[in-house]
Amino acid sequence: MNKLIAWFDERIPMTKTWNIHLAQYPAPKNFNFWYIFGVLATLVLVNQILTGIWLTMNYVPSAEGAFASVEFIMRDIEYGWLLRYMHSTGASAFFVVVYLHMFRGMMYGSYQKPRELLWVFGMLIFLVLMAEAFMGYLLPWGQMSYWGAQVIISLFGAIPIIGDDLTLWIRGDYVISGATLNRFFALHVIALPLVLVILVFLHIIALHEVGSNNPEGVSIKKPKGSVPDSEKPKFTFHERFTKKYDIVDAFPFFPYYIVKDLVGVAIFLFFFCYVIFFAPAMGGLFLEPPNFEAANPLKTPAHIAPVWYFTPFYAILRAVPDKLLGVILMFGAIVALFVLPWLDRGKVRSVRYRSALHKVNLTVFAISFIALGYLGLKPATEVYTMFARIFTFLYFAFFVLLWFYSKNENTKPVPERITK
Amino acid sequence: MSNAPVDKGRRRFLTVATSVVGAAGAVGVAVPFIASWNPSEKAKNAGAPVEVNIGKAEPGQLIRVEWRGQPVWVVRRTPEMLASLEAVSDQLRDPNSEEPQQPEYAKNIHRSRKEEFFVAVGICTHLGCSPQFLDTGMGEYVEGAETGFFCPCHGSIFDIAGRVFQGVPAPYNLVVPPHYYINDNTILVGEDGEQA
Repeated sequence: MNKLIAWFDERIPMTKTWNIHLAQYPAPKNFNFWYIFGVLATLVLVNQILTGIWLTMNYVPSAEGAFASVEFIMRDIEYGWLLRYMHSTGASAFFVVVYLHMFRGMMYGSYQKPRELLWVFGMLIFLVLMAEAFMGYLLPWGQMSYWGAQVIISLFGAIPIIGDDLTLWIRGDYVISGATLNRFFALHVIALPLVLVILVFLHIIALHEVGSNNPEGVSIKKPKGSVPDSEKPKFTFHERFTKKYDIVDAFPFFPYYIVKDLVGVAIFLFFFCYVIFFAPAMGGLFLEPPNFEAANPLKTPAHIAPVWYFTPFYAILRAVPDKLLGVILMFGAIVALFVLPWLDRGKVRSVRYRSALHKVNLTVFAISFIALGYLGLKPATEVYTMFARIFTFLYFAFFVLLWFYSKNENTKPVPERITK
Repeated sequence: MSNAPVDKGRRRFLTVATSVVGAAGAVGVAVPFIASWNPSEKAKNAGAPVEVNIGKAEPGQLIRVEWRGQPVWVVRRTPEMLASLEAVSDQLRDPNSEEPQQPEYAKNIHRSRKEEFFVAVGICTHLGCSPQFLDTGMGEYVEGAETGFFCPCHGSIFDIAGRVFQGVPAPYNLVVPPHYYINDNTILVGEDGEQA
């Protein structure tokens, strides 16, 4: 066995990669449950790819065949219903864990220097994920698939001058048709997953270059030679991490955190399986009722709402009375997140040591996001629109306020080391 | 191997020239990939202009044709219908058709080339439902008109020139497609024609 490993190691950096990224990668010892969502996102990604490949084996990507083939998968393929529900529930689960993962980063300042690029890769993953989910939603070719896509593609029509030609180009027809369906299928099953996997790879490489942050926001890398041996953890970390620094308060990622994460994975699977088996439509949130009817270009469903994970941004879009401005603000809501590392000019990472103002600001932001998500599901009545405007304002106020107060923020003293 | 001194200017020129040619090649290669997303010939043919024979239309009748997968209406309006256009003007959102929902030649009170015939895309400007033609009973919703269009989805109402009433969800008047008269009995929907 050792000889076999040696044979490989001479030809490819197998053991070295294993050590750097798993067995000798130093992970801070104080990770809390917020740190499970990266692992869960990876798990869901694997689930999506696996069930997705199996679904393509029976799915027919054409305007004539799509809806019937999904019904065929549900009724006539052995366990087809399970594969499909794993995929559709996985899509929602993906956004649940990604939103929590992002909020973790915001709470503990994981986007701050030197992790800006890590954050940007994460945001790109989020962006591709949204495109992936949107295109996937057209594929069952139900009423909500069709009209949802109609509304979203029409958004590009708000762009001055090129808008109309652009929407025509995206659809490949004057209305949403089989041409649109087929290109979305191609992008959904091959182009975007490829990009997604590459981005996830870059995200992890960037993480392992700068090292994981932790709930205290305190670095586990100390100047070389500043820590007495008695204070150092009794683990071997790869030379790549110890060459320049003394590592303190850390465990190797494998086996310690992997084993701990397994508990989190098990808990996640309880919820995941519950939804798959008992509430796959989640009361119309994960699979919307109008989508159980085949797409009909001549009849619009009475109330069009996107799937829940898009509703915060949809609410922002609707809150603005001007179509173009609404589109700009909606994309602006995502751009603001992209540039968060540069908007936050603070030096203290974790919310635990930041000012009361920051704590309030972050809480208001989280509430606004959830409230917008709720409002995006509701019809745009006068009262709801007014609330949507208030929360849109608060959403953006978070970023503006952060930029102003973070420069000279009244922070608490940050400990030298992760508290024992 | 030659020991001649390196001509940096020449090397730089060659590097730039190669890069430029390479970039031009990349742009060229991108053309088929991008152009293949345009509507196919089949889709374009389905989107070709349609001829509508209006010779046999009775006064007050609505003719439906399909153009680019959308319903297009041609209404032969009666004098009463035309009279109602003035009567409802003050209840409309955009009575003078300021929004570019129609070609220039239809930017008038009757929103058409000829007063008598109204041509419009039968898609609600709210969320794309197809409104119903009310050849009677419009008085239930508004004063001054007995005919118009009613969208069952969210209750938007339009007058017999496709102008939207105030206080309904639809933001704009119905779209008037490009069209012209080939002769007195035939309208071509989809092109502005010579006289545009």
